[in-house]
Amino acid sequence: MGAAITVDALVMTYGSLRAVDGVSFDVRPGEFFGLLGPNGAGKTTTLETVEGLRKPDAGSVAIDGYDPWKRQPELQRRIGVQLQSSAFFERLTAREQLVTFASLYGVASGRADELLEQVGLTDKANSPVEKLSGGQAQRLSIACALVHDPEVLFLDEPTAALDPQARRNLWDFLEGLNDSGRTVVLTTHSMEEAEVLCDRVAIIDRGRLLKLDTPQALIRGLDVATRISVVPGLVRPHEARAWPGVADVVESDVALVIETRDPGPVLAALAERDALEGLAVTKGTLEDVFLSLTGREYRA
Amino acid sequence: MSRGTAARSPLGALTGAMFKGFVRDRMTLFWAVAFPLMFLVLFGGVFTGQDEAPKVDVVQVGAVPVLDDLPAAARDSIGEGLDVEKRPGLDAALDSLREGDVDAVVTQDGDDVTLHFSQADQVKAAQVRGLFQAVVQIADQAASGQAPRFTLSTEQVEDDSLEQIQYVTPSLLGWAVAMSATFGAAANLVAWRVSGLLRRLRLAPIRTSSVVLARVGVSVVIAGVQAAIFIGLGVGAFGLKLTGWWPLIVPLLLFGTLSFLSIGMLAGAVSRTEEGAVGLANFVVLPMAFLSGSFFPLDGAPTWLRAVSSCLPLKHLNDGMLDVMVRGQGPSALLVPIAVLLAFTVVLSAVAARVFRWEA
Repeated sequence: MGAAITVDALVMTYGSLRAVDGVSFDVRPGEFFGLLGPNGAGKTTTLETVEGLRKPDAGSVAIDGYDPWKRQPELQRRIGVQLQSSAFFERLTAREQLVTFASLYGVASGRADELLEQVGLTDKANSPVEKLSGGQAQRLSIACALVHDPEVLFLDEPTAALDPQARRNLWDFLEGLNDSGRTVVLTTHSMEEAEVLCDRVAIIDRGRLLKLDTPQALIRGLDVATRISVVPGLVRPHEARAWPGVADVVESDVALVIETRDPGPVLAALAERDALEGLAVTKGTLEDVFLSLTGREYRA
Repeated sequence: MSRGTAARSPLGALTGAMFKGFVRDRMTLFWAVAFPLMFLVLFGGVFTGQDEAPKVDVVQVGAVPVLDDLPAAARDSIGEGLDVEKRPGLDAALDSLREGDVDAVVTQDGDDVTLHFSQADQVKAAQVRGLFQAVVQIADQAASGQAPRFTLSTEQVEDDSLEQIQYVTPSLLGWAVAMSATFGAAANLVAWRVSGLLRRLRLAPIRTSSVVLARVGVSVVIAGVQAAIFIGLGVGAFGLKLTGWWPLIVPLLLFGTLSFLSIGMLAGAVSRTEEGAVGLANFVVLPMAFLSGSFFPLDGAPTWLRAVSSCLPLKHLNDGMLDVMVRGQGPSALLVPIAVLLAFTVVLSAVAARVFRWEA
C-alpha cells in the first residue's frame, strides 16, 4: 500500500506568470509530505497538476508510473482528493454524500457509517451539508476522499479557515492517516501544521522549491540561537550574561530570556542555581527557516 | 468492505443525488411544477367558463301572453338563455334595471310587447333583444296558424375542432417540459461547476457521459410527472378529452426533453453564475413559448411570425403534442417533430460539448 510520486521539472504558467517554475521532488510510499508556502506560492497549482486536474506546461508528473492528466480509472481508484472548496452534492445529507461518493468508487454503503464515526460526524449523519459548520464540512470532505480507502490522499489546505480549536481537532485525525502505509500529500500555509503533521516538507515560494527535508533537519540546519526562558527574578541578567556561550539576555515582566548557540552549559548553570521554574527551550521554527531562505518575514 | 447494501452503479448514484437535489429545492419545484400548473388552471379553468353565454335576468311585470303561451319546444330552447322572474310593480323593476341587478324588464299591453333594457352591458343588451325578437316571432307565427317554412340549424365550430382546454393542455405541457429541462440542466451544470463538484467528479473513476445521462434521466422523470399531473388535472377537472393516440406523447416527451436539455447545457456552459444561467435560459425559453403558441394559438399571426415559429423546437413539440393528444393523429404525426427535436439536440449538444468547462 502507498504509492510513489515523482514530479520532475514541473512548469505551469498563467499568461506571463510562471506559477510553478521548475519544481522537482519525490514523495515516498507511506510518507506524509507537505507543500509549504505563503498564499500564491504555487502550492495548489503544483498539487492540482499532481492530482491530474491540470496539464503541465513543461516537465512531468507520475504517480506509480501513471500520468495523472490522462483520466485512467485504475489510477483514479487509487487516489483520494480533498479540494480547497468543499465540493458537495447540494441538499444531500452528510450520510447521503458519503454513500453517493462510495457508489462512484464502487464501494458498498456500509463504509459511509464507518467513516462518519471516524470523523466524528455520526450525530450529523442526517444533516444537509449546507447546515454543517466549517470544521464539520472539512471533515466530511476528507471522509469523502477516504471513502474508497485510497493509497494516496491529497489534501489542499484542509485546515484553512478553521478556528484554532477545530484546527487542532483535525490535526489529531490527520496524523493517523498514513499509519496504514498510505501516502499523504498536503498543502498548507501554516508552518505549525507542517511541523506537526509532515515527515518531510517542501518549502515553496514564488513558484520555486526552496528546500526539501524533514522539519527537524530544516530547523537544525538553521544558524539561529536557542532561546531559554525562565521566570524573571531567579537569576540576575548581568550574571547570566557572563556565562560561557551566552549571546544575549533580555529580562521582561514575564520572562528572563537567554539566547545561546550552546544550550548545554546554560541549562547546567540554571540547574545549579535551582532556577528552572517556568523553563522553556525553543530552537528556531519553520518561520525562521523561511526567513533565512527568502530574507522575508513569513506571512501566510 | 462488503458490509451494508451493495454499491449502486455510478450512474444510479449520480441520478439519485441529482433527483434528491431537485425535489428538495422548493424554488425549482415551484418553477417546474406549480408555475405551469397555475397557467393551466388560469387558461383551462377560468377562461373556459366564459365560452358559454351567461343567462339574462328578465323581470316580467303583469301578464305577458307572448311569454306565458310560448310553445313548450320554444320555451325549452329560449329558456336556456333566459331567467324570468315575475314582479308586481313596474317602477321598482325599472329601478332594479337601472342599478344593474336585472338585465331587462318586459310588459305587454294588448298586442304591444315592451322590452326595457340597459345599454350598460352591451353584450347582454344585444342578447336580450335578440331573444325577445324570437319570442315575438314565434308568437306571431302561432297566431297566423301556419307551419314554419324555413328552419335554421346551428352548429358550433369549436365542437369539431378545439375547445380552449383541448388546446392549452398540450401546448402548456410542451412549455412546462421545455422550461424545466432547460432550467434544470443549466442551473445544475453551473452550480456543480461553481462549487467545484465537477472538478471533484473529474477525478472520480466515472465516465463524463454518466453525468450527462444522469441529468437526462432526472429530466425525463420530471417531464413524465409533469405530463401525468397536466393530463390528470385536464381530464379530471377541466373536461379534457384525449384521443386514442395520446400515449405517443411518451416519445415526444423524451425527444423534447433531450432537445431542451441541450439548450440548457449550452446556457450552463457559457454562464459563470447560476443566476446568469437561469436568466439566459429564461431569455431563450420565454419568447420561444410565445412564438411557439404555448399560451395562445398563432393562427391569426402574420406570415413572417409563423415562419419564425416553424424554426423553433418548441413549436414542433407543441404541434406533436396537439396532434396525438387531441387531434387524433397517429404515429406519422410524430415524424417531423421528432426529426426537428433530434436535429436540435445533435447540433446544440455538439456546441455545448465544445464550450464545456470543468472549472469555474
